[in-house]
Amino acid sequence: MSNNHVNAIVVGAGAGGGVVAKELSVAGLSVVLFERGDWGSFDAHDHDELLSQRTTVLGNAFGPDDERYRRVVVNDDGSTDVVVASDGAYNNVAACVGSGTVSYGAMAWRFMNEDFRMKTTYGHVEGSTLEDWPITYDDLEPCYQKAEWEIGVAGDASLNPFAARREKPYPMEPFAYNKEAKMLESAMHRAGLHPFPIPMLRNSVEYNGRPACVRRRSCCGFGCPLNAKSGTHNTVIPTAMSTGNCELRTNCIVSELMIDEQGKISGVVYFDRDKTKQVQTADIIVIAASATETPRLLLNSKSRQFPAGVGNRYDWVGRNLQGHAYTGAFGLFEEDIFDDVGPGASIAISDFSHHNPGIVGGGILANEFVRLPYLFAGIRLPGSPTWGKGHKEFQRKYFRKNAQVVGPIQEMPFFDSRVQIDPAVKDSWGIPVVRLSGHRHPKDAEGCDFLSRKAEMILKTAGAFQTWRSVPGLGLSGGQHQAGTCRMGNDPQLSVTDKFGRVHDTPNVFVADASLHVNNGGFNPALTIMALGYWVGGHIAGEWQKGNRFT
Amino acid sequence: MNTISKLTRREFIKLAGLVAAGLTFVSGCLTSRRSDTEALSDDETSLLEAIVEQIVPTDEWPGGRDAGVVNFIRTQLEGPYRRFQGDYRKGLAAMTSTSLEKYQKRFEALTWDQQTSFLQEMESGRLNDGPWKDGFSRRFFELLRSHSLQGYYGSPRHGGNKNYVSYKMIGLDEFQVIGQNRYRS
Repeated sequence: MSNNHVNAIVVGAGAGGGVVAKELSVAGLSVVLFERGDWGSFDAHDHDELLSQRTTVLGNAFGPDDERYRRVVVNDDGSTDVVVASDGAYNNVAACVGSGTVSYGAMAWRFMNEDFRMKTTYGHVEGSTLEDWPITYDDLEPCYQKAEWEIGVAGDASLNPFAARREKPYPMEPFAYNKEAKMLESAMHRAGLHPFPIPMLRNSVEYNGRPACVRRRSCCGFGCPLNAKSGTHNTVIPTAMSTGNCELRTNCIVSELMIDEQGKISGVVYFDRDKTKQVQTADIIVIAASATETPRLLLNSKSRQFPAGVGNRYDWVGRNLQGHAYTGAFGLFEEDIFDDVGPGASIAISDFSHHNPGIVGGGILANEFVRLPYLFAGIRLPGSPTWGKGHKEFQRKYFRKNAQVVGPIQEMPFFDSRVQIDPAVKDSWGIPVVRLSGHRHPKDAEGCDFLSRKAEMILKTAGAFQTWRSVPGLGLSGGQHQAGTCRMGNDPQLSVTDKFGRVHDTPNVFVADASLHVNNGGFNPALTIMALGYWVGGHIAGEWQKGNRFT
Repeated sequence: MNTISKLTRREFIKLAGLVAAGLTFVSGCLTSRRSDTEALSDDETSLLEAIVEQIVPTDEWPGGRDAGVVNFIRTQLEGPYRRFQGDYRKGLAAMTSTSLEKYQKRFEALTWDQQTSFLQEMESGRLNDGPWKDGFSRRFFELLRSHSLQGYYGSPRHGGNKNYVSYKMIGLDEFQVIGQNRYRS
């Protein structure tokens, strides 16, 4: 049985795709929203740390699973490894309705003016494809605002003097600091810094018909048993479905775009939940499958007109894979700091986001999400035992007496960090898989060194008797903050999409996820991905209502 | 050994019954794995108990052995860690043979300090010949270490952290049933 033609297909029901589906279906377009996973449920995995989306040793609680998914990772020496989805090297993004917005830590950052104008602000960086976005913060401001109000953010913007201008405050009051944050607040003030409560996509009060957060320890990496954490799965996607215009198809894997003889893209080929191959045609196709899966879909879609994959005439699809090098410091204290008020992260500074001497960009610093017991077993003073009596004693002595300050450093885009298609390995549907290769730019190490020293200084100011820094290496980036692989731009030879996310060389294919990011900011990217969903979705809906059919 | 491993299981059992005496030392290695799908034989289980006790020793709080860490590892080897079964079989056998060679005793029978230094040799990669070459000793030690810590500090639902011992040790009352003063059973 064939599927009825619809106005729009959205591939991926995550932060970007969920918003696009809502924008289009509210505007009256008929929409099919494809999701490779299913609805996530808290009860399936409970508070299980070993199966959380943060510590995935026994699997990804919210998918993808280890049985059906594979990727290939190219090592520094050119050798390759085939990795399963729960392996960190897979660079997983959750596979469920809402994707990462179900299990994220829910920080709700807006980027700053400078993040959209990196090349103008800092000049050319040797060896990096650092560039300005084709849109500005002011362009995206109304979209940030929509994300904050429709999905729901708690915060107090007045306390951050470095934040870009905003038209409206947050819809909910900020969360109170936990004990760790209170201690850091006073230290940050003493150090002349400007602390403020982290804006969060969690309900601090009842909002949108869902209850307030009760501040559980297991939050980041877990679904919320109360539904107090806000993602696209409990906001915009239900709104889209309630219009009657949006059909959500879960457990469906889109394998390629359908390209006719004239080179027009008329729909997608997908496997349904029974692994039966099906087609769905549409006027418009919006891809929001993550910065690794979106380029995979484009690269797997080839024809006479697109011999290297759709949108890839100038070899930019899959390039500039970025994430966030997380850097910071740990501190040990004489007294108890742990008060078991989740999710842990509650205070931040933006003093070091930009204009740091000798550094390109920077990052926020925040206290970290609760270090759950197994995760904490991996945190030790350098040189102290990693097993045995001393290791166990450290666990007992310091689980309640440690603090951590960390932040995501703005990574320099690197052309050779990339997503390709592996020539041999296929997933369980027979679709060629993602092949990841590359490494971080050396400049990232300077940023990490700088930011981690600031974190250490804050912990010392707070009274830590022992501190140490954590600085990641220069290996391949990506991870859950993956971005950059289908960058937007004004020059079709130097980008994959135009400033509205439309793929060059196609009238009707759009991208609406972090793949569009020209650079990834020094902030957790979820709210920016949602804002881009409003930007791309709003553009398509507006044009559609003016009669544009994108032919 | 080669001849026997080529025989089918049924044939082996028959043969073992006929010439039981002559085959005793072999059957100690081969018959205690109750089926091909079972992840750990009895011998491997006792060896692993000694190892997990080294990774998380008993002090005023129970150690890896009493916290059910081996049960955790067995359960995972039959589930999500199926892909490590080969490493475990090879690594545990190599520990036994190296221990017999060096100390004329199985690892479990060594003194506490001998066991510790044996594991340190693995961890550092100083053990690097025969089955241990190409970095296998370090890689296998890291599996043992991380899986033991997972079994001790992770959720009890996977067979380790018996009676929430590690949560109690660090004073975590979670994950209690909300509104009731008890842990989930």
